[in-house]
Amino acid sequence: MALLRVAGLEKYFGGIAAISDLSFEVPEGIVHAVIGPNGAGKTTLFNMLCGFYSPNEGSIRFRERELVGMAPHRIAACGISRTFQNLQVFLNMTVLDNVMVGCHLRSRAGMVQAALRLPSVMREERQVKQWALEALEFCGLDALAEREAASLPYGGLKRLEIARSLAAKPAFLLLDEPAAGLNETETLEMRDLIRRISESGTTVLLVEHNMGLVMQVSDHVMVLNYGSLLAEGTPQQVQTDSKVIEAYLGEGVCNEVA
Amino acid sequence: MRRLGGFYLLAVLVYLLPVVFPDNYYVTVVGVIIGLHVILAVGLNLLMGYCGQISLGHAAFFGIGAYSSAILTVHYEWNPWLAMLAGIVAVFVIANLIARPILRLRGHYLAMATLGFGIIVHIVMVQTDTWTGGPDGMGGIPPLSIFGWVVDTDLRWYIVVSTVALLVIWASLNLIASRPGRALRAVHGSEFAANMTGVDPARTKVNVFVFAALCGSLAGSLFAHQQAFVSPESFNFFFSIELVTMVVLGGMASTYGAVFGAGVLTVLPEMLVVFEDFEVLIYGAILMGVMIFMPQGLFVGVARGLRSLLNRWRDAGPPVPESR
Repeated sequence: MALLRVAGLEKYFGGIAAISDLSFEVPEGIVHAVIGPNGAGKTTLFNMLCGFYSPNEGSIRFRERELVGMAPHRIAACGISRTFQNLQVFLNMTVLDNVMVGCHLRSRAGMVQAALRLPSVMREERQVKQWALEALEFCGLDALAEREAASLPYGGLKRLEIARSLAAKPAFLLLDEPAAGLNETETLEMRDLIRRISESGTTVLLVEHNMGLVMQVSDHVMVLNYGSLLAEGTPQQVQTDSKVIEAYLGEGVCNEVA
Repeated sequence: MRRLGGFYLLAVLVYLLPVVFPDNYYVTVVGVIIGLHVILAVGLNLLMGYCGQISLGHAAFFGIGAYSSAILTVHYEWNPWLAMLAGIVAVFVIANLIARPILRLRGHYLAMATLGFGIIVHIVMVQTDTWTGGPDGMGGIPPLSIFGWVVDTDLRWYIVVSTVALLVIWASLNLIASRPGRALRAVHGSEFAANMTGVDPARTKVNVFVFAALCGSLAGSLFAHQQAFVSPESFNFFFSIELVTMVVLGGMASTYGAVFGAGVLTVLPEMLVVFEDFEVLIYGAILMGVMIFMPQGLFVGVARGLRSLLNRWRDAGPPVPESR
């Protein structure tokens, strides 16, 4: 059964189509990659999926619920979580607090109860801390829990964003260029992390420029070019597709894409 | 226990001061004003320091609280506690009404809008003189009484206001270390990411704005009964700025910073009186100096300074690494 069903999606900025007539489905449990040259509309697609942009046309159905027109925090409550290409870590907080914010939707304490520190609030706090530590451990950051987020190196911040997203226990995780700016070792660690996320039952939508990583972790690859679907299939199918090679390298080049 | 260690220390200090220094002007008279400013600054710090939203009209809520208490007790002879409650309800309604449209604005625009709100409330206080006495203010506000214990001496006021201030500090500390507190820091850190994490930024901002406004109202009611007299002058634009200065000077995003800022900015003018004509000049120079040399605020700055001084004094050997 398809977890996400996108149909006839269109988004214009001024007169320019960032996404035009895009339809695709993401079945439950897979790693679905979206690739394409810069400006192909990948981030625009992400921003529509999580409610930050609203499309001009089309529908986005998640578990048969229409997401178009919903506020981002409501979409998050449906079980969708994301990371950001240009990091959006809460740099004014500790690593642990960042991830505890990720548990926002799994907890309920309101302002008055919290200000009075009712016993129910203290119980919930312990539970939330436990959840956050588990997410940090999953991403290999548990030793840094008490550090200020701002003191983390770049690779750590990338993993922190993923930990924060996972703390929400999402059914669907959108990863926007998780390996951008990482060195080789860190990229391998990221690959393993994405695999473990997928194994834990979370469906992943991955935007990434590192083709090695995409080909290794993805079950299904979708190629965008100028806002529309150029090709899709298994990593092998996409890698050998002449249209894809052309879009990336220009006409007349048939070398290996890597 | 560890989380509230500083709070218990502060509470002991606050209640010991009048015992150690009985009948001291700075403790019981200035102390009451510090307490009121602490209530205001701690509330405003939640909005400004933690949530990153500015308000240049916070004195308005202080004023609405004060005038609610004054008008209802003087003109309608209400019980002071009931009048205080009415003020809180009024501020709750007003803050909720204006918060949503105002907090959609950001940065300079938010500053302008809150500034405008503060000025409008001030004008209403001056103009509705049949109720408020206009620019001359109104007197004859009765003191509070707690089950027959009339709060009518400096020491009693010190105890009442300090207790309320400590409760507000306690609530602020609790709030920050909890789900809604994290949500408002997250909105400050990255509104975009907070929203994608399931936090409703609009709701969060409105809630903390209302909370800060309620602190203002509470302080206003106490102020009216303590002074027995209110006039619009106490709730003007300059007082709003003074409150913002307390929060910034003490150190943004720190409850103790706001307490420290309120204390210093209340005591400083009293101490500078000896400089007579140069008072305001020196006051301004001190503020500038603090912001240049301690941009994180006095609380953090002084704590760091003390620590490095302690280290230098203690050892002739290698410097002790700074611990968190």
